Amino acid sequence: MRALFADKMRVSFVGLGSLLILFVAWPLLRTITASGPAVLWRTLLDEEVRRSIGLTFYASLIATAIAFVCGVPLAYLLARADFPGKRLVEGIIDVPIVVPHSAAGIALLMGFGRHTPLGKAFGLVGLKFVSAAPGIVIAMLFVSLSFLVNAAREGFEAVDPRLERVARTLGASPWRAFWRVSFPLAWRSILSGMILMWARGLSEFGAVVILAYHPMVAPVLLYERFESFGLSYARPIATLMILICLTTFVALRLIAGRGEKRA
Amino acid sequence: MKGRGSVEIRYLWVDLEEFRLCDINLDITDGEYFIVLGPTGAGKTVLLETIAGLHQPRKGRILLAGEDVTHAPPERRGTGFVYQDYALFPHLSVAGNIAFGLRLRRMGRGVIEERVTAIGRLLGIEHLLHHMPGTLSGGEAQRVALARALVVEPRLLLLDEPLSALDPETREALQRELGRIHQELGTTTIHVTHDFEEAVALGDRIAVLKASPLRALARREDRVGDSRREGRIVQVGTPEEIFRRPANEFVARFVGVRNIFRGEALSEESGYKLVCLDPSAGPWSSGTCPGPFVLGHRTGPYGTVPKDQGRQVQGPRTEGSGHRGVEIVAVTELEGPVHASIRPEEVVLSREPLLSSARNGFRGRIVGISDRGTVVYVTVRIPPDFICMITRRSLEEMSLREGMWVHIAFKASAVHVF
Repeated sequence: MRALFADKMRVSFVGLGSLLILFVAWPLLRTITASGPAVLWRTLLDEEVRRSIGLTFYASLIATAIAFVCGVPLAYLLARADFPGKRLVEGIIDVPIVVPHSAAGIALLMGFGRHTPLGKAFGLVGLKFVSAAPGIVIAMLFVSLSFLVNAAREGFEAVDPRLERVARTLGASPWRAFWRVSFPLAWRSILSGMILMWARGLSEFGAVVILAYHPMVAPVLLYERFESFGLSYARPIATLMILICLTTFVALRLIAGRGEKRA
Repeated sequence: MKGRGSVEIRYLWVDLEEFRLCDINLDITDGEYFIVLGPTGAGKTVLLETIAGLHQPRKGRILLAGEDVTHAPPERRGTGFVYQDYALFPHLSVAGNIAFGLRLRRMGRGVIEERVTAIGRLLGIEHLLHHMPGTLSGGEAQRVALARALVVEPRLLLLDEPLSALDPETREALQRELGRIHQELGTTTIHVTHDFEEAVALGDRIAVLKASPLRALARREDRVGDSRREGRIVQVGTPEEIFRRPANEFVARFVGVRNIFRGEALSEESGYKLVCLDPSAGPWSSGTCPGPFVLGHRTGPYGTVPKDQGRQVQGPRTEGSGHRGVEIVAVTELEGPVHASIRPEEVVLSREPLLSSARNGFRGRIVGISDRGTVVYVTVRIPPDFICMITRRSLEEMSLREGMWVHIAFKASAVHVF
């Protein structure tokens, strides 16, 4: 019973599901095909556009790296340990998914703004968040870390704890058991969480625009061109963003998928 | 003073959320094959994991080779652990799994390869070294798990139901393998199982673990819910002692009523095997019937039949004279010293010889009748003594009494040789 059109129920399900697929695919397709290659090329030559796309990728990468360093250990604890307040911690990790992202931007401003204690402290080491690249990074980090932490936690949960125990009896310290057994086995989930988080960071607008309108990330630039010059000026940037994101996303998925087959 | 693999456990208490082990005391000598026997949920795994250092006991001490390791981390204890469902590292090849402990010890490539090949040869898995764990059968996977544990030369080998996940044939093969490896390497072994025949076949000594609901008069904070259970050791002894003199009703019930004999398996051309039963040892089953079950032969020596003695016996239908072994026909691949068991319900009792398909038939005298309500256990001395289970109604219809001569019969396929 694996056939798509096995019975009438499945036929109607195929119809309903296709509506949703078309709903996503049709506007994307329209956007991609609306601007000809010549326009796209001209847009790509635009210094401001290139800088903003580069900044977007770079900032999201840094955010993902920070989440990796702190989030993977957290995910491991959530998968393995029981402690009072665990539910609260899990809730906090999920909060960024449910709050409006503009509200998240305001919250970050309250936490890291120029005149806040943390803002001042970071200012001493030359890090400022408002209207600066670090602000973009923390905005992306805030709204997308749940993806990495949750994926990594699920990855660790799928690793049989007895594998770690066997590793311990064979002479591994807790660190070595983690690096040689748990981490490699959860790596596929972690990687997929990283890809998801990175892609989510790229597309962030709401939180970023409140914390750092300048320097402009691609979604903000897109918004600005749309507001100032109208649809025909914003469209090529949109096309470019969609194409670049889709290509990287598919490429990363393929690389990750190949790893899975090997293992 | 103490051997490298001796284990002493003193007043050990382990507290887990749903379970606790109470007051565990064990002395295991260097090179011993020690069995922890108990039903599912009696805390056998917890005990093993505590010895391996994977749980911290609340109180008590664990000594390995005289050294107190109660608070030592698992990696410093030198134990090898084998789980029921293998727990092989799925991302490493068979060779990678076996080499895991050696790599942690930073051994040279050459040495590692040498030792992996050697242990692979010992366990007959040389040809699998480049396979991934996912492609192995259960028996192969368990051999790999054994190799991985043994290659680091542990002082103590901990086996957590290593045979339970295997099909009967593989289980028998691996069980013999465990015996052979233990003889070859002499590694002190603690083997946890719920299978008494496994325990008999392998164990030098057996500890019986029993779990019961937590005692009500415990401290108040312990009374969390009714689901908490506690495990205690109720008896330690040789397999024979456990079987003949169970310390209490629980052990007797757990071990069950059965006919277990030691003997020697000889090949037979017809495709069956002859198993010579040791007449002097008597059946082990004598001790397992609490209540009014009176039997002789409780104290016979416990040993195998000398080879020549078995061959003197004239055919399988010999009637016991009391001093020679009987030969029974069984279906088995084994040869040499073995155990044989026949379930009491498989033994047919009659007053006249029966013409039937059963390949084993003997004449003997009733030496004991144990009434258990609807069923009755009748002990017939051939010798050795066989226990037969019959209904109360059969007992009355045949008007069986002690001292009466009767016939017993059972099929060759009803004999389990192990």
